[in-house]
Amino acid sequence: MKGRVLDGCALLMTDRDTVVTALEDLEADREIALGEGESVALREPVPFGHKVAVTAIDTDDHVVKYGEVIGEATERIEPGAWVHTHNCESTRGRGDIPKPNGSGVVAEGERR
Amino acid sequence: MAEFTGFRRADGSVGVRNHVAVIPTSVSASALSRRIGADAGERVRATPHQMGADQPTPAREQTERVLAGIGRNPNVGAALLVELGTESIDVEALADRIAESGTPVETLSIREVGGTAAAIEAGRERARSLVAEVADARRETADASELVFGVECGGSDATSGIAANPAVGNACDRLVEAGGTACFSETPEFIGAEHILAERCADRATREWLLERVEMRENMAQLMGVDLRGAQPTPGNQEGGLTTIEEKSLGAISKGGTTPVRGMVEYAERLPTGGGLVLMDTPGYDVESVVGKVAGGAQVIAFTTGRGSTTGNPIAPVIKVTGNPKTWERLSNNMDFDASTVISGESLSDVGERLFDLLLEVASGRLTEAEYRRLEEFAINEIQPEELVGLRGEAR
Repeated sequence: MKGRVLDGCALLMTDRDTVVTALEDLEADREIALGEGESVALREPVPFGHKVAVTAIDTDDHVVKYGEVIGEATERIEPGAWVHTHNCESTRGRGDIPKPNGSGVVAEGERR
Repeated sequence: MAEFTGFRRADGSVGVRNHVAVIPTSVSASALSRRIGADAGERVRATPHQMGADQPTPAREQTERVLAGIGRNPNVGAALLVELGTESIDVEALADRIAESGTPVETLSIREVGGTAAAIEAGRERARSLVAEVADARRETADASELVFGVECGGSDATSGIAANPAVGNACDRLVEAGGTACFSETPEFIGAEHILAERCADRATREWLLERVEMRENMAQLMGVDLRGAQPTPGNQEGGLTTIEEKSLGAISKGGTTPVRGMVEYAERLPTGGGLVLMDTPGYDVESVVGKVAGGAQVIAFTTGRGSTTGNPIAPVIKVTGNPKTWERLSNNMDFDASTVISGESLSDVGERLFDLLLEVASGRLTEAEYRRLEEFAINEIQPEELVGLRGEAR
């Protein structure tokens, strides 16, 4: 498997990542050792396959997995928080948001 | 040297199955084709679909390309084309396109033979005579380089990007190393990962085409004034832990392996033999996407699923691969390969090697779970009105 398993229960794909993937259903308050004496405590339960923040992520900051941007934080995300659609969203394919250069945007009032 | 046994066809290609395909030219002949397929015996496979009798020209041409490609797929030993007789698709021209590859083809017109009852009789008879024609074919040894391997994902969850897709990707790398072709598709699921694919393109033309198509798919959402988030990732993907299309795409592209992207083809366009890793520009709907690759000549499909898709294909065996241990347990009668061992510590290389061996076994005749259960989904992509506008260059 690519990446590193932390504490037997979470997968960090690359060292640049700000989230890890739960490799089992994780209970709230579970401590995950991150290495080098650091750890993070889960603020809520996180199901298998879902993501946990390992660093604080500010509003509008990138969320990074696979060493790549997977979206932006819609609110400040604390270490140990579950990261999903409630606090992270895509920046791509957003027909609901006009592009800065206006390309591809349907005229106001049409086909809303 | 990696080898399998298959059916050598007149054009030199090698089939991994020896089917007689019953191919309707429109929805109007689909129910009858299914009936003929069910009646005419084990070797006969129908490909019923929903395309209309009178599609706009670009859409009709795409349907024709799919039907011709299905008829020419090396897994098809002979084909019976069925029309109602009112379609704008010319059944004889389509038969000629298929016959170019040396495949025996018959046609049947429901109107001409005197309606449904007569067509069922005539259809059964023609299908049976085609079965007799292909029955003598025997498997012979062939090199793995003659395989075109289509890879697909559907019902993805977080394990897809971690285990199942990298495992399939490793098998793709092995096939490419052996001189074969691997193909993956679903352009909407390149969004957010296209920069990685672009860097891997072997030449500038492929890179530019790839980026253009990704932009087109993304702009489609813009044109329609909708937010991709409603559909991508799907609610099921989200339940499985995938939050954004970027995350889904970054996991999805790993199923193609790590070799250079040698080229890209249109939906259902012919895939090269011995072509290395090649992309196909398809929609994100998995059944249509699989059919596009089979029409392009893929003899075997690997389909990764975390959530547990059960889909198959009438013409090509579909190997179901899951990286989710729960899905492997719950859907054992639909899954062919457990890649969740990647998560429990088996090396990607070992899992990839086992999967490559299974690919060769399935190519040599081992039935997949979807084949046992005759799960044979078939659908042709329909070019949408918004896309037609784009094709005419009137986009803005």
